Amino acid sequence: MIRIDSVTKRYPDGTVAVDRLSLEIPDRSITVLVGPSGCGKTTTLRMINRMVEPSEGRILLDGADIREQPVNTLRRSMGYVIQNAGLFQHRTILDNIATVPRLLGWNRQRARARAAELMERVGLDSSLAKRYPYQLSGGQQQRVGVARALAADPPVLLMDEPFSAVDPVVRKGLQEELLRIQDELGKTIVFVTHDIDEAIKLGTMVAVLRTGGRLAQYAPPAELLTAPADDFVEDFLGTDRGIRRLSFFASSALELKTSPIVAVDSTAEQIATRGAGDTPYLLVTDLDGRPLGWAEPGELTAGEIDPGRLLPYGRPFEHGQESLRAALDGAVLSPTGWAVGVDGSGRVVGVVSQQTIGEAIRGAHAEGAAVAAGTEAEVSG
Amino acid sequence: MNVLNFVNAFFSDGAHWHGYDGIPTRLAEHVQYSLIALAIAAAVALPVGLVTGHYGRGGNALALIATAGRALPSFGLLVLMVILVGFGMVPVMVPLVVLAVPPILVTTYEALRSVDPSPVDAARGMGMHESRILFRVEVPVALPLILSGLRSAAIQIVSTATIAAYIGVGGLGRYIIDGLYQRDYEKVVGGATLVAVLALATLGVFWGAARVAVSPGVRRGA
Repeated sequence: MIRIDSVTKRYPDGTVAVDRLSLEIPDRSITVLVGPSGCGKTTTLRMINRMVEPSEGRILLDGADIREQPVNTLRRSMGYVIQNAGLFQHRTILDNIATVPRLLGWNRQRARARAAELMERVGLDSSLAKRYPYQLSGGQQQRVGVARALAADPPVLLMDEPFSAVDPVVRKGLQEELLRIQDELGKTIVFVTHDIDEAIKLGTMVAVLRTGGRLAQYAPPAELLTAPADDFVEDFLGTDRGIRRLSFFASSALELKTSPIVAVDSTAEQIATRGAGDTPYLLVTDLDGRPLGWAEPGELTAGEIDPGRLLPYGRPFEHGQESLRAALDGAVLSPTGWAVGVDGSGRVVGVVSQQTIGEAIRGAHAEGAAVAAGTEAEVSG
Repeated sequence: MNVLNFVNAFFSDGAHWHGYDGIPTRLAEHVQYSLIALAIAAAVALPVGLVTGHYGRGGNALALIATAGRALPSFGLLVLMVILVGFGMVPVMVPLVVLAVPPILVTTYEALRSVDPSPVDAARGMGMHESRILFRVEVPVALPLILSGLRSAAIQIVSTATIAAYIGVGGLGRYIIDGLYQRDYEKVVGGATLVAVLALATLGVFWGAARVAVSPGVRRGA
């Protein structure tokens, strides 16, 4: 565990970058430092590997002051990923990744074998091994940056706005890749970003810092969205935190209806029985069970269903895998107000109305509020 | 054309190809003086340029020294050195080194300052020692510029080393000085041509060195 113990960073000109900050960073999880520019988040990160020395306070790594070991030994035990990847342009991708193992005295062959292994882990094709950084896209370079940081298998990974310089689509891919890698490797990751959505997506714990380097709130993302500590945090979270919070509730809580589903080759009798339920629409699927579109029962004639004339079904959500937010989004996007739940291979498992989703949301909120209240009671108690 | 006739006459005269005043001897002397001067200048200027460039301090002082160095007339310095230390190799070397130090010093400093700071930050953050950062991260990237500083220094040395002949030592300057004195313009033009060819050859050597020493990852677009 990394413990930041009332650390202050004051520069000679009197600027205070970090002000009496205390944080406990749990092992094997992603802790995100987030805040506007000038909130000291990068300074805090850089104090953990002593790129910046604190003016007051101390930082403990597994109970020992980080100043007790030689600075380069400390740094080699922590992977370091920075915004523009910071690759060595004169070295091949493979040799970039092999840097820290080589510093630790591994022979070239072993270091390169390890680097090749890491390339695979971060999703880089082995054909890129002999390329130079300028031949890679921004997203690929950032993957190399992550691989390089992981090469010596350090227990701690420090990431300073690693995905800020890439476009949103690539960023989303990199974030998902990081979560996948974290699932496999279980590193203690400290992640700095100015993007609150990124913080909420990646963080196990999120520390919101305010200008002047003071801690505004330190909480798991769901709690942050439910109970922002003050106006600053609430403002920083943005306008639709209620909707975003739904990302933390599983759609498995939804009870799906299977009655209003008909296959495209249904008989007149089947259409009539299914249409007799309490839903005003029927969902037509293809022969594999994939959704085609909605129709009113009266409009369907057996043997003559034209998929082109059906109402669009919005974006289906993966039941159990995706969150209530995805389910709500699907319902809002569909002109019928019903969301389509599918399984991993895109086959319909059931449909659900906005109303049912609304009830599930109210239930989840009640549960969330209870959890938040419980945490507060613990803290004050 | 007259000049071409001179060149042709000079190089086709068999007497110019052997002996202590033959082309091979004079060329070897010239190359030797140039190499020694370049080596001394590099030994002085490279370390200073690398260290100041790495730490980013002393840029103003360097600019001052460089300007002063460039303002000194080589010929005047040669005469002054002869007065001070007498004849020999030292008075030849001093003006050549003084001429060569500024371009090496300033270019090396600027080359290091122009290295992207983010790989340096990454290197420091992963626990590289400062000297390793300098030689393994900064220098390989700054190498094309550093070589260009050495190259312009080398070319200036090659063309200026002709002044050695004024104080009675060898080199290609002999042909020019002696030719002028003897009104043998064939010799003057021949000597000047050899200096020009040597300067071009120097360019070629640096081009080749850059091909070999600069990583393909850095070379693109350069």
